[in-house]
Parts: sequence; C-alpha cells; structure tokens
Amino acid sequence: MTFAAGDGVRVAERPHTGHHRTPGYLKGKAGRIARVHGTFTNPETRAYGEDGNPRLRLYLVEFDGSDVWPASTRSDHVYADLFEHWLEPVS
Amino acid sequence: MERGVHDRGGWPTDAPIDRTEHELADWELRMDAIENVLEKRGVMNTDEMRRGIESMPLEAYEAASYYERWLFTVETILEEKGVIAPGEIDARVEA
Repeated sequence: MTFAAGDGVRVAERPHTGHHRTPGYLKGKAGRIARVHGTFTNPETRAYGEDGNPRLRLYLVEFDGSDVWPASTRSDHVYADLFEHWLEPVS
Repeated sequence: MERGVHDRGGWPTDAPIDRTEHELADWELRMDAIENVLEKRGVMNTDEMRRGIESMPLEAYEAASYYERWLFTVETILEEKGVIAPGEIDARVEA
C-alpha cells in the first residue's frame, strides 16, 4: 500500500525479531504522512550483511504529541522516518 | 511488547538529561575513523553497526559510553565475519 502526504496511517503493533528502525513508542500510534522521502535500501536486511534490495518507500510521519505521550498537556508534534511495511491505512 | 536495549523513547525516568560536553579522547577519534574506513571499504555497513550495538547485554549497554559501544559493535561484527578471531584484540592488548 502506497501513501501520499496527508494520508492517515497507523504504525503496525507487531513484534520484530532482529534489527529494525521502528521505535517501540510509536507502535500502534496513529499519525499522518507529512512527506514521502522516496525509496531506500532496507535496514532490516542490510543489518545482516545483505544489500538491502528491493528498496522500500520511506515516509516522514507526523504524530500529535498527545497521542504519543498521553500524559502530555503540550501541543508538540513528533516526527519519525518510517518504512512503508510498518504503516497501515487509517480512514 | 519487548523492546531492544537501545529502543528507549518514552521510558519513564526521573534522571536528568546529561547535557555536558567533553573533549573527545584520541581513542574515540580513532574509533570513529576505524568504523568509517570499514564502511568505506565495504567491510561492514551502518545497519550492521547498529545491530551490533543493539545486541549488547543491557548492563553492558548501560555502562558503556558512546564510543565504547562503537568498539563493541566493530569487534562483534568483525568477529562475526571472520576478519578477526574471537579474543584477538584482547590478546594483542595483553601482549
């Protein structure tokens, strides 16, 4: 599934064995696509000496701070670079 | 959900953030250079380097400084690839 800027997404809440770059504190959290970065080699396979192909689409995802940190009363936003296979559509 | 030693965003803590700067020691500059050369020569890549750090036992991770973690991962990955033998660096240091 490919996303565009403004699309609602949720970070997959799945465990992962081995190296990955999806922070635990964002798993299960909903946000929106802020920017499409383009495609990059996959760190989950590169971490084991492979070339990281096929390249995967990487997005800048924006979260409301109050969704990420429920106790927060501030109006911050949290931004994270997340690969497409970690994102699910949210209507 | 189980999280790696490095994956600590959102962990509750009362500890203040240490914002102090320090001069890098010679070995730290050298550690940085060694890792970068190994990447440039295609011996290891950044993701392997990160995986090595993430494989540190919690207590070792907590106790290690930034470049001590780099030393750990370079040694780990080079041993994994058979570039150096297990314990080779320690043996050279003791010699």
